[in-house]
Amino acid sequence: MTPIEFFLAGTMSAATVFLLAALGELVAEKSGMLNLGVEGMMAVAAAVGFVVTYQTGNHFLGFAIAGIAGILVSLVFAVVSITFLANQVATGLAVGILGLGLSALIGKQHESLTITPPGTLNIPILSDIPFIGPVFFQQNIVVYLTILLAIAISFCLNKTRLGLAIRAAGENPKAAEALSYRVKMIRYGSVAFGGLLAGFAGAYASTIYTPLWADGMIAGRGWIAVALVVFGTWKTGRIFLGAYLFGMVSLGELVAQSLGIGIPSQLLSAMPFIVTIVVLAVISSNGARLKLHAPYALGETYDGSEPR
Amino acid sequence: MQFEFERRVTPSRRVMLAVPFITIAITVVLSGIMLLIQGKSVGLTFYAFFIEPFESAYSISEIFLKFGPLLLIAQALAIGFRAKIWNIGAEGQMIMGAILAGSVPVYFTDSSSIFMLPAMIVLGALGGMAWASIAAFLKTQYNANEILVTLMLTSIALQILYYLLLGPWKDPMGFNFPQTVMFQDAALFPPIIFGFRLNYSLVIPILFTIFAWIYMEKRFGGFQLVVGGLAPQAATYAGFSSKGAVWKSLLIAGMAAGLAGMSEVAGPIGQLQRSVTSGYGYSAIIVAYLGALHPIGIIFAAFFLAVIHIGGDIALVSADLPISSVHIFQGLLLVTYLASYTFVNYRLKPNRANQEQMEGARS
Repeated sequence: MTPIEFFLAGTMSAATVFLLAALGELVAEKSGMLNLGVEGMMAVAAAVGFVVTYQTGNHFLGFAIAGIAGILVSLVFAVVSITFLANQVATGLAVGILGLGLSALIGKQHESLTITPPGTLNIPILSDIPFIGPVFFQQNIVVYLTILLAIAISFCLNKTRLGLAIRAAGENPKAAEALSYRVKMIRYGSVAFGGLLAGFAGAYASTIYTPLWADGMIAGRGWIAVALVVFGTWKTGRIFLGAYLFGMVSLGELVAQSLGIGIPSQLLSAMPFIVTIVVLAVISSNGARLKLHAPYALGETYDGSEPR
Repeated sequence: MQFEFERRVTPSRRVMLAVPFITIAITVVLSGIMLLIQGKSVGLTFYAFFIEPFESAYSISEIFLKFGPLLLIAQALAIGFRAKIWNIGAEGQMIMGAILAGSVPVYFTDSSSIFMLPAMIVLGALGGMAWASIAAFLKTQYNANEILVTLMLTSIALQILYYLLLGPWKDPMGFNFPQTVMFQDAALFPPIIFGFRLNYSLVIPILFTIFAWIYMEKRFGGFQLVVGGLAPQAATYAGFSSKGAVWKSLLIAGMAAGLAGMSEVAGPIGQLQRSVTSGYGYSAIIVAYLGALHPIGIIFAAFFLAVIHIGGDIALVSADLPISSVHIFQGLLLVTYLASYTFVNYRLKPNRANQEQMEGARS
């Protein structure tokens, strides 16, 4: 593989972590739930996924249990913010802190251990095409499934009754309730789905992308996923592009090292965060457009009474 | 029978006072269960956590050493939180305060001037304010979400710190460790009692607490912030500037966090190194909430969390408890606090649908 092929193939792999987590957060936010605990959910799932895979050698099992772990953490958020009506921002932060602590405890016995990553799924014929093959068609199966998932989520949100129910809960919960949608159940489901995908994102990070466990290894990627939903103005296609852009940016450090460019490595490590801030400012500067796309009741607690 | 929450006409003061105690009780029970799962002795661990910190004069002085920065940052964050300005990057503002303050002894290694410490105080405050003002500028000019910006700025601040420690500011005699020279006495707060690490930087959080109390409870500026948080439309109608609220909240928090960072490098740490913040920037978020965002409540909450930190250090040795347990305990505290606080504004009553069903069955 040439360096440029390696870089582009790596971009797809790195982007998958962002895309999975951002798609989950998108569904939760569409239902009106701003879950800022993504980083914590990913960390717990990454630790669980790594430990299970390390102990059993079964990547599929590691992924599945990491997904369940993601759901469980997201349900803590759901119970406190939906049933107990607590402020979503504060609850998300709390769950994030709790999740980071839990992940360190779960992974403690496996600190700095590594596992062998699973093989790639080389798509017949296509993967033999020079350049395009190694870049696009010699990836892990999760990379392909995530792309399919993005299409499925886009279809579900925009074209199905379920998607309509989710959007109704996020735009105007009182009206949705009047149409006999069960808003709280819809929100529980959406948050749990977000937890599942954050769990998969964490597992992908710790068992496939960089197959090792180290405390703090999620390193802000959950937060970038939250930002991606804003970047994509709550649209699946744009979130997809954003995730791939950030996948590329996060590989910048490796590329610069391999090319021997004399930029301090800290500047490159900080790059994803700098880019996030700049893009966020650019996208948000048109406040009216942002408001148009954001779910109207996003982040508001729904206690069954009239909206303000 | 199912229950649902019904909004109280006025928030219950009694419940409000009970919430912190209920929170602590539930958290202790939950973490007790977690200890049992891990196969640790619950009694021994809680003894190490809550009693041992008070058993020696030295560890009591260490509690106050942690109490200072937690109190200082939490008071400032609470001002912003009441205005619904979510600055969660105090950690980064603390780092920038520490870096700017640390630049003085790094560049004037031989100086023993009496202006050293005052210069560091000023620079520490300015460093935190400068870092927070980036978020304030982007929020007011470009409408960029301050939660994400302050968080990202923390990651960037950390990389700046690493760059300095591995590059231009590295101690040439430091065996290649990522740290600066140890600061000279002129750059350090003198200890309050000889032989203890507790120092006169404690004066800053105490003064700041008095300021926060007067500002939030007695001054019009604080009132404007609170109204802006509770009823943004009313605040706009009354002509209170929401941009002003963003700037005020973030600059006050940046100053406090910067001073806290300065106090760490000019106090117990005595140099710049990778872990200058000890996570105070994040813990202070929990302190602010646990203290009900009120200046007096925050004093108690800061003390409680300071005990937890020292207790965690002790339990690390005496009960072989991993350090992450402290973080889990803090996370549990905040989660249970938020759930419990609901009872201040709501009461439980039997579900309406169920009630109608039962009445129907009776007639």
